[in-house]
Amino acid sequence: MKILTVEGVNKSFGGLKALNNVNFSVEQGAKHAIIGPNGAGKSTFLNCMIGRLAPDTGTVMFGDISLTGMKPYEINQVGVSRVFQTPEIFGDLTLLENVMIPSLAKRDGEYALHPFKRMEHDAEIRDKAMHMLEDVNLENKRDMTASSLSRGDKRRLELAMCLSQDPKLLLLDEPTAGMSRADTNKTIDLLKRIGDRGITKVVIEHDMHVVFSLADKVTVLAQGTIIAEGKPEDIKGDPRVQEAYLGGAHL
Amino acid sequence: MLGLNKKDTGLFLFVLALIVFAPFILNPFPESSDLARFNAGYPDLMQRFVIFGIFAIGFNILFGLTGYLSFGHAAFLGVGSYAGVWMMKLLTVNIVPALIAAIVVAGIFSLVIGYICLRRSGIYFSILTLAFAQMSFALAYSVLTPITAGETGLQLSLADPRILEAANASGTIPAANFFGLEMRSGFDWAVGDWVFTFNFGYYLCAVFMLIAFYISIRIFRSPFGMMLRAVKSNQQRMGYTGLNSKPYMLAAFVISGMYAGLAGGLMVAVDPLAGADRMFWTASGEVVLMTILGGVGTLLGPVLGAGMIKYFENIFSRLNESDLNALFGFLPDFIQAPLVTVAQMFVGDGWLMTLGLMFMLIVIFLPGGLLEGVQRLGALVSRKKKTNEPSQPAAAPAE
Amino acid sequence: MDAIILQILNGLDKGSAYALIALGLTLIFGTLGVVNFAHGALFMLGAFCAVTLNALFTLSHQVIDPSRTDFLGNPLRVEIPYLVEWFGEATGNAIIDWSVPLSILIAIPVMAAIGLAMERGLIKHFYKRPHADQILVTFGLAIVLQQVVKYFYGANPIPMPAPDAFVGTYDFGVLLGFDPFSIMYPYWRLVYFLFSLVIIAAVFAFLRYTTFGMVVRAGMADRETVGLLGINIGRRFTIMFAIAAIVAGLAGVMYTPIVAPNYNMGMNFLVLSFVVVVVGGMGSLPGAVLAGFMLGILESFASMAAVIDIVPGINQVIIYLVAIVVLLVRPRGLMGRKGVMED
Repeated sequence: MKILTVEGVNKSFGGLKALNNVNFSVEQGAKHAIIGPNGAGKSTFLNCMIGRLAPDTGTVMFGDISLTGMKPYEINQVGVSRVFQTPEIFGDLTLLENVMIPSLAKRDGEYALHPFKRMEHDAEIRDKAMHMLEDVNLENKRDMTASSLSRGDKRRLELAMCLSQDPKLLLLDEPTAGMSRADTNKTIDLLKRIGDRGITKVVIEHDMHVVFSLADKVTVLAQGTIIAEGKPEDIKGDPRVQEAYLGGAHL
Repeated sequence: MLGLNKKDTGLFLFVLALIVFAPFILNPFPESSDLARFNAGYPDLMQRFVIFGIFAIGFNILFGLTGYLSFGHAAFLGVGSYAGVWMMKLLTVNIVPALIAAIVVAGIFSLVIGYICLRRSGIYFSILTLAFAQMSFALAYSVLTPITAGETGLQLSLADPRILEAANASGTIPAANFFGLEMRSGFDWAVGDWVFTFNFGYYLCAVFMLIAFYISIRIFRSPFGMMLRAVKSNQQRMGYTGLNSKPYMLAAFVISGMYAGLAGGLMVAVDPLAGADRMFWTASGEVVLMTILGGVGTLLGPVLGAGMIKYFENIFSRLNESDLNALFGFLPDFIQAPLVTVAQMFVGDGWLMTLGLMFMLIVIFLPGGLLEGVQRLGALVSRKKKTNEPSQPAAAPAE
Repeated sequence: MDAIILQILNGLDKGSAYALIALGLTLIFGTLGVVNFAHGALFMLGAFCAVTLNALFTLSHQVIDPSRTDFLGNPLRVEIPYLVEWFGEATGNAIIDWSVPLSILIAIPVMAAIGLAMERGLIKHFYKRPHADQILVTFGLAIVLQQVVKYFYGANPIPMPAPDAFVGTYDFGVLLGFDPFSIMYPYWRLVYFLFSLVIIAAVFAFLRYTTFGMVVRAGMADRETVGLLGINIGRRFTIMFAIAAIVAGLAGVMYTPIVAPNYNMGMNFLVLSFVVVVVGGMGSLPGAVLAGFMLGILESFASMAAVIDIVPGINQVIIYLVAIVVLLVRPRGLMGRKGVMED
């Protein structure tokens, strides 16, 4: 079953055609990577999926729900979460609060005005948030403000925020960019564990090591068009990919 | 206690004590001493302390938690005042209907204005609120004169219907009261050279401030309050987290508008006169200052800030040249004369100069307000290392 | 028709002031990214440059005029300005008469100095702070500047005369073929309008045709990139702040004969100028100018008796109303660019 279907998406910025008639789909439970050289339109593509940008033409279907024209919070509410290239977290809030907010959004919907409920009495949300922080090994820092974290920790926190919502589809925009090799490996392990929970993942990545450790299917985007799609092994050998992406060099 | 944790209960009791013992705390100097002019324990001023405290507490729920800087909140206070006086004219000089009307009308008014203004954020939001407040001010002075009495200000008169009241044969306007207890009633208590004034109007306003303070604590500790802080921290992230920030923002805006309405209602309850100048944008600026002076986003800050500003306003604007001469009388003449000349810039009419300087100094050196100052002092004294630096605003999302 | 032309003319002088202040505000927004609530105070300081110069020019001392006597028969004591004594009757009086335009000469260095001091001493430290902090600190500064002026000059408006040559009104009615006296327009307002056009043209020409201006415009579009090119954009922005201060100051100098200046004249203009900037589109210089004139003229139309009869009070609120509508329909203003001041 397909969880995400993108059909005929075009997007231009002024004269620049960022996405050219993109057709793309993701199988339920898949671990799907999108790769491509800089400026291939990967981030634009992701932004069109989550409502940050509106595609000029074309449709984005999540199951049988059309995501086109939906607001970001509505897209999240149907089960799509996203980890950003630069960590998007609540910098002034504590780690625990950072993870409780998405849990609340998952449980109570897009808004729930409870001006007199006491946050500290909401054991369900609290326990879940603690559990999530343990998952990403940040439980000891739960009372620190998020902005004081290192970049790698911020990414893990953001991942915990997304995971706490048990999303059906998780979009990851270069989850290991700027990380050391050790941190990258930790993140890969973490992401593999999520995969076991049956969350469908779409990863945008530069790092081939990450792609081949994580993905079971790879789509190659170049100059706004999909030029190849298939199993990682096949993609590696595809001459078109080497031409466009690797400039002919071997992996 | 009351659903508050230990720390918040302590805070609440602290404010309670401040309020109950205000007549003593504010009158530390004996009547006959030179320093008696720095006493602030008279009803008029004490009432203003708590009323503006309410205003600032409410404003802080919006500005402190969400970071949305409204430059038009005085409009809600003004509207509350007008609604209050009208209730006292039409129904009864018992202040209960006046206060209810003040809160309700200000709430509706802020709902409408908030709905429109919250479609924009940042500086645009500030300008929109400012535009609405200035419009209200201009209209109150011109076209709406039949409702607002324009420049003279709306006040009670003998000819008012007051339909809920028995016919009035005394030939004087009845005094504002709370089920018969007059707002201005009270008594003095002389202890030696000290005179302490206890006033019913003050204590009634104080009760309202306590309630307002309590509600604000609960809001700060609620999921709602957490969401508001999330708006301030990273509104975009909220959207990608599945949260619609509009209802939260609007609720915060309306709550703070209702606080302003209550403050306006209490103002006319203790002195039944409502003027358009209460809506002028400098009045909106004043509540901003109160909040940042005390400490934006803290519970106690706005209360302290309101007290400080109103105290300085009162004391500084009353001082005149002879007061200054008396004050610096112990100095030799050649120092005293220039000192008095300089000091005169800052007192009397020049009190606004003090206000402006305070504004600048606080923003430059103590962005966290007085409370942060106290904390820094405390840290300095105990030589403790601070573990939790106040965090910088989150960096703009890059993509 | 003549009534319409009259209203357009009436709107021009206020519109000119809005446009000049808004132009300075936009320069500061666009270059430094700072929301300057003290800009109205700069306008006011400019006006008081004129007041000061006029006071200096009219400094006088008493002399005994033997040719005239008072009602007791004693020789009359008369006040003679030093200028008259030094330069003779004709020249002295002419200098005094032209004190407002002459004030431009001292307003330029004075305002430049004030602008530089403000930017280096205060604003510089607020580039990285939130907009709310910038608003608050400049608001505080505006209050202080006002109070200083009030301390030295008092609270009452100080009427300033236009040079005699520009006193009186010009009859546009005759010129345009309408009834005589149907369109009477004071000469000085005409001067003010033309003056503001010259200033605006000068600012635009400066930005367009000098390398300095080119760098500044590039910096307004993308500060980081220009910084990466190794250009010290910071110093240029400091100078731009001084230029914005000069523009506001000159607008104030020349406005004095139209409305007698007092210490809080700037605040009234500031609030409206902010609205103008927002309507024009934050960060757009042509937008600021266009919106300034447009709102000035609109305000003038709204003050027509015929309009007020239909919509009472419209003259009081028209500018705010327009601002609200524009912000809601076109969030970036009439000519605004994407991404300016949106957080």
